[in-house]
Amino acid sequence: MNTFFFEIKEGMLIALRAIRSNKIRAILTMLGIVIGITSVVLMTTAIKGIDNAFQKGISALGSDVLYISKWPWFGNRDWWKIRNRRNITMADFERFKELAKLPIAVAPVVNSIRSAKYKDRSVDNVIMTGSDADYVNTTNFTFDMGRFFSETESKSSRNVVVLGSNIAKNLFPRRDGLNKTIKIGNENFKVIGILTEQGSIILGAFNPDNQLYVPIGTVFKYFMSRWSSSITLNVRAASPAMVPATKDEAEGIMRKIRGLSYNEEDDFAINQQEALQQSYDSVVGVIQIAGLFITGLSLFVGAIGIMNIMFVSVRERTKEIGLRKAIGAKRRTILGQFLLESSVICLMGGLVGLILAVILSMIVNQFLPTSVQYSAVILAIMISLMTGIIAGFAPAYTAAKMDPVEALRYE
Amino acid sequence: MNIINIEHIAKIYEVGSEQVHALRDVSLRINKNEYVAIMGPSGSGKSTLMNMLGCLDTPTSGKYEFTNANVSEMTDNELAKIRNKEIGFVFQTFNLLARSDALHNVELPLIYAGVPSAERRERAEAALIDVGLKDRMHHKPNELSGGQRQRVAIARALVTKPSIILADEPTGNLDSKTGEEIMILFNEIYEKGNTIILVTHEEYIAEHAARIIRLKDGLIESDETVKNRFIPKPKTVVV
Ligand SMILES: Nc1ncnc2c1ncn2[C@@H]1O[C@H](COP(=O)(O)OP(=O)(O)OP(=O)(O)O)[C@@H](O)[C@H]1O
Ligand SMILES: [Mg+2]
Repeated sequence: MNTFFFEIKEGMLIALRAIRSNKIRAILTMLGIVIGITSVVLMTTAIKGIDNAFQKGISALGSDVLYISKWPWFGNRDWWKIRNRRNITMADFERFKELAKLPIAVAPVVNSIRSAKYKDRSVDNVIMTGSDADYVNTTNFTFDMGRFFSETESKSSRNVVVLGSNIAKNLFPRRDGLNKTIKIGNENFKVIGILTEQGSIILGAFNPDNQLYVPIGTVFKYFMSRWSSSITLNVRAASPAMVPATKDEAEGIMRKIRGLSYNEEDDFAINQQEALQQSYDSVVGVIQIAGLFITGLSLFVGAIGIMNIMFVSVRERTKEIGLRKAIGAKRRTILGQFLLESSVICLMGGLVGLILAVILSMIVNQFLPTSVQYSAVILAIMISLMTGIIAGFAPAYTAAKMDPVEALRYE
Repeated sequence: MNIINIEHIAKIYEVGSEQVHALRDVSLRINKNEYVAIMGPSGSGKSTLMNMLGCLDTPTSGKYEFTNANVSEMTDNELAKIRNKEIGFVFQTFNLLARSDALHNVELPLIYAGVPSAERRERAEAALIDVGLKDRMHHKPNELSGGQRQRVAIARALVTKPSIILADEPTGNLDSKTGEEIMILFNEIYEKGNTIILVTHEEYIAEHAARIIRLKDGLIESDETVKNRFIPKPKTVVV
């Protein structure tokens, strides 16, 4: 064991001497490894970030909420057919609420894109969500200031609004928005509540932080026709475990309300967060495969480069190898020396790649909260070491099995 | 004491379909503290014989005993160990590591012998002092003269305290004055009780040895003791 460490240590020193005497070449050779390691680490870091953001975003949607709508969230193949479905109306909502026993909350929802203004500050193209007082019970909203609108305010279609945190930040940088009057379109609305931050960038415009909430009657009064718009029913189950039963009940009730006979298809969709998770998983799967491909390719190119350089190096140092053998180096000593040399080059490349990845992930962190994973660091080191050993083996073996007499005669 | 004992050694190289008989039938005994010069025309097999004696190469047929161990039957690793511990090589072209200083070059065989670094350094320094390079230890080969380079190589050969020094045309790349200085060094080494075998083309170099073996076409032509060995005067040492 002692001689093993002795040989590793001495081999390391010899390898470092060799690398130092050919710095530029070693650095150029490292490039492929650097790129490979940077991409593998950066990819895992980015995926972790996307994952964090997604989980945070998806929890804003709630895992126990069903979204009954004319449109399915995914797989809209029969666009025309779906377009021609009857709208889901407020009357449908009233009947649903009457018949459904399992949900703990049901709210009608319409969305419209509007601009909001306060004095000289404005936000454009934000989603205005119209609903009733029960809406807040289908969410996990928490309030920075104020409250959600009441049943009275909702029923009598008052001009009141609840602001998502980003909208509040934009309109009222000094956080003094409560009870102020803002303009949505040409109408005046009183701010009765401001949300704390809820979602994440994954949800984009659907992030609650970027939305306005007003009573649904008010929306119909000023902005949309009650008769030509289709609403969504947000239905909250008593618990995540109750979701399947609640969904079955909802489907039965909807079919009854819409008067569908047993051989007719559903003319509505019951959406839930789970579908989002599935499509997310497939997107991440694609990113992972692409990342793996890039990583694999650059590591492969890097490995070929190392192998090439090591072959050149062995050829150049033929005489040196002959001499080392003449004065007592064993085959395995020579093998070890060259393996160490290629491993050290690869490890250096791996470390540079890691440093680069850490710096780049700090940049990524600016818009996608994430950090370099320990597992990725260990993976990177293992990969670069493996690459070094695999790429270095053939050249090192050639060196080890050289005949000392021939090697010494080499010019 | 007998160090080398070879009996009916032959070495045949296959070049394409032709066979080159580098050594045909050579028998030879060399004892401790002998000073042997091997001479002969170019292509007569001198280097081939030296490689054989130095355990760098194995004979096609015949028997080779080195300090009573049968070399012909040794594995690669055992040969490497013998080369490391028992044999010191000096080459015509010095064969120093170009990017390492004199000290590291001399340390090299000790690394392969597994000597710890502090002791290694001490012994390498002592060997360099012995060959008169006390103030050139940290010079690289390209910062040394030809004679000094050969001294470094001799220090490298001596540092493991081998049973035998093998030198293949050690003065071949040096002018006659520098060559003479190297021969003075060899004489000192010999007088300290070492065993030396050297190959040379020059009669006046061979006369430093106590015994001259002449090869021709892979056979020993003559093997004689030198009556009036030329003993160089140490006074002429110039470092
Ligand atoms: N590796 C080899 N392959 C084929 N033939 C070889 C090989 N090595 C040596 N020979 C042949 O063996 C013979 C002896 O060669 P060797 O090198 O021993 O001669 P030498 O006496 O050292 O000559 P010189 O004085 O020129 O150095 C030569 O004919 C040479 O061509
Ligand atoms: Mg020769």
